[in-house]
Amino acid sequence: MPEAPGTDGAGTDGAGTEGAGTEGAGRSGHAGASVSTGAPQFQVAAKNPRRVEGAVAVAFLASLLAFAAFGAAFWVAASSWVLGVTLGVALSAFGFGLVAWGKYLMPQGPFEEPRPQMATTPAEKQEFVADFATRGKIAVERRGVLVKLMGAAGAVLGVVLAFPLIRSLGPRPNQEQSLYHTKWRKGAKLTSIEGRAVRVDDIEVGGIITVFPPDDLGGAFSQTVLIRVQQTGDIVTEPGRETWGPHGYLAYSKVCTHAGCPVGLYEELTQQLLCPCHQSLFDIGTGAMPVFGPAPRPLPQLPLYVDSKGYLRAQADYDEPIGPGFWYRGGSNGGPQ
Amino acid sequence: MIDSLFSWIDDRVALSRSGRHLLDKIFPDHWSFMIGEIALYSFIVLMLTGVFLTLYFVPSSTPVIYHGVYAPLRGQTVSAAFDSTVNLSFQVRGGLLMRQMHHWAANIFVGAIVVHMLRVFFTGAFRRPREANWMLGTTLLILAIFNGFLGYSLPDDLISGTGIRIAFSIMESVPFVGTYLAYFLFGGSFPGTAIIPRFFILHVLVLPLLIIGLLAGHLGMLVKHKHAQFPGKGARDDNVVGSPLWPTYAAKAGGFFFLTTGVTALLGAIVQINPIWQYGQYYAYKVSYAVQPDWYMGWLDGALRVMPSWELNLPGHMIPTVFFPAVLLPGLTFNLIYAWPFIEAKLTGDTAEHHLLERPRDKPLRTAIGAAVFAFYFVLFGASATDVLANYLSLSLNVVLWAFRVLCIVVPIVVFPVTYKICLELRATPGAGQRKRHNLVVRTADGGYTTIAAEEYPGYVKAELEPVALDEVDLVSAMAAEGDQGTEGVYQIPRDYR
Repeated sequence: MPEAPGTDGAGTDGAGTEGAGTEGAGRSGHAGASVSTGAPQFQVAAKNPRRVEGAVAVAFLASLLAFAAFGAAFWVAASSWVLGVTLGVALSAFGFGLVAWGKYLMPQGPFEEPRPQMATTPAEKQEFVADFATRGKIAVERRGVLVKLMGAAGAVLGVVLAFPLIRSLGPRPNQEQSLYHTKWRKGAKLTSIEGRAVRVDDIEVGGIITVFPPDDLGGAFSQTVLIRVQQTGDIVTEPGRETWGPHGYLAYSKVCTHAGCPVGLYEELTQQLLCPCHQSLFDIGTGAMPVFGPAPRPLPQLPLYVDSKGYLRAQADYDEPIGPGFWYRGGSNGGPQ
Repeated sequence: MIDSLFSWIDDRVALSRSGRHLLDKIFPDHWSFMIGEIALYSFIVLMLTGVFLTLYFVPSSTPVIYHGVYAPLRGQTVSAAFDSTVNLSFQVRGGLLMRQMHHWAANIFVGAIVVHMLRVFFTGAFRRPREANWMLGTTLLILAIFNGFLGYSLPDDLISGTGIRIAFSIMESVPFVGTYLAYFLFGGSFPGTAIIPRFFILHVLVLPLLIIGLLAGHLGMLVKHKHAQFPGKGARDDNVVGSPLWPTYAAKAGGFFFLTTGVTALLGAIVQINPIWQYGQYYAYKVSYAVQPDWYMGWLDGALRVMPSWELNLPGHMIPTVFFPAVLLPGLTFNLIYAWPFIEAKLTGDTAEHHLLERPRDKPLRTAIGAAVFAFYFVLFGASATDVLANYLSLSLNVVLWAFRVLCIVVPIVVFPVTYKICLELRATPGAGQRKRHNLVVRTADGGYTTIAAEEYPGYVKAELEPVALDEVDLVSAMAAEGDQGTEGVYQIPRDYR
């Protein structure tokens, strides 16, 4: 039996060996080392290394074949799953072989090394601070003007980085005005995405279509749902909106007041619009009041009229900012108009 | 040849002087220490597959007509980003595999970071001197989540475009600067044409560089502190017990890298992920059903859903409803994570250096707090599927939503005492978590019964060996002694097992 693992001294000796090692003392410097490579810690972990050797050999062989198969599959442009399976099997088998080798066919240990505490001694701290402070003092003493100038130059750089550079990334929000207004104007024809103006007899009762102003087809902010809820007569959703819903038509902003998704799902039976992102539900008969979910405000309604040729047109833009709220949206109804 | 090359290099960088300590570096053995490795390795997979994708992806929202091989899309007007993503999936050899591996690796990356953080939390590995590394790791998690979001936004498909729209609304909701943030990032109003190229350069250059830099710091601090370890096997606060870097850890960790990559490749091969050609190009007025982000954004999506429709109206200003679940909640969450090491040190008064880990049961209060907080986010994660669950369970959306509103308050309140009690019970049970020994029930002469713990089964007992300090071992003479047998590696492995 080899020497007993005499590790009693190992831990306490640790600090010394760490320092000596970096100075370049070789292992032979540890004359009379207390552990030989015959110690049980240097034996392999496996009880039956032959079997593990076999398993590792099989894994590497499988990996070899699968890598070759991957190469062949790539060469003949096989389908994606063939490429992936061959590559995945090859890599996994290779990794399995390596792990098994390391886990079972290498010295079982345990081995240790010393760990210095992170906290330094007051003396170490003092020396460092003294070095830093005294040398630093010599450098800046009687150079007060230089220090201030250097600081000022740095500050100007900081300001320049912060303002003109970041400022140039995009326009100011209220410049483009799209937060407060859409492209709907008085008289704008309700136009489908294909560019066809909607006439009063185009949609059956229960029908729904997404419309835009003619100059903003596909516009993210002016997108509007047009729903026909009855054949004739005006729909009044709220007091003050007596003329907004001619011939049974209702038009609402399609941008959810919660997080801005398109309110795309219409349930005809209950006359409700559902936002598929976070399931806010709007009752179109009562001015698109939110009846369920996280949406805080009704969808703004677009006032409509039918012109003499039967085309549906907007009376005006929405009377409040559409979509989700934002800091500069004043109060519950609008902002700077 | 190898000898002279080694000698040439060694004489110029003194490799044998500094390298020996590297070879001897000890890594403690525990399965839970491999979770962080999974994160590291999947990040490498992300970089390799990501470079492949950049060779074919066109980061532009310029409209083009799709003329590729996928028939249902032919003739449609799509953006160059969408067009190139579909083309690299179907017309580039190995492209679909690389794209799916990239997406899977991203999900695994964030997942491994989260599980790794749970391990660090529940074993107390964040305590002094590792507080700064805990905070660095938290920053890495935030960057990983952001970069994941940027990445899946790039194909410009219907689902990701909806996500970008929501992100725009969330940015707008920040008081004072929100609309400016949104307009400066998007180069104007939503959607604009700047967002795809800007997201691209953030995704492939800026955030990866930040992640690499912080990762280097994370690992550098790990080397400096040396790995924390569980007690037992001679482990103390002033040593590290485990396997040396060379060769044992190198083999295990190297093999584990290939295993991680292999599993990612298999997932990319057989589990479809993000089939954008089925969603189609994003148009601001189109939307799909069951719109869900990648899993790591799920808790935010769930929070957006369960949040009541409260909006704060101030004179001339507004704090929109999305601010609370999508800005305030993550802000509080990550600041709480950052601050936890200091909160705990304040509560316990324990500011000493610790290198030995704790079992969760031994710190019932920390474990219970962690479990309750995690349960809260887990319920929010579940809430991101309200519509799918309502469909699947044939319940009304109202019932499911209200259930989640109640659950996200009730579940943490239940989890806390239950976890606390389990910890106490485990702590009070001798031998809990260890291999059971069978008991013999013996009848005594006077008719009573007693139980006697049986002898340990011979094969079960593994001799506890004392750890060996590697620089105590005279390997130079060992190599010399081998002499004529040649030097088969550094260790002479006795073959007396036969």
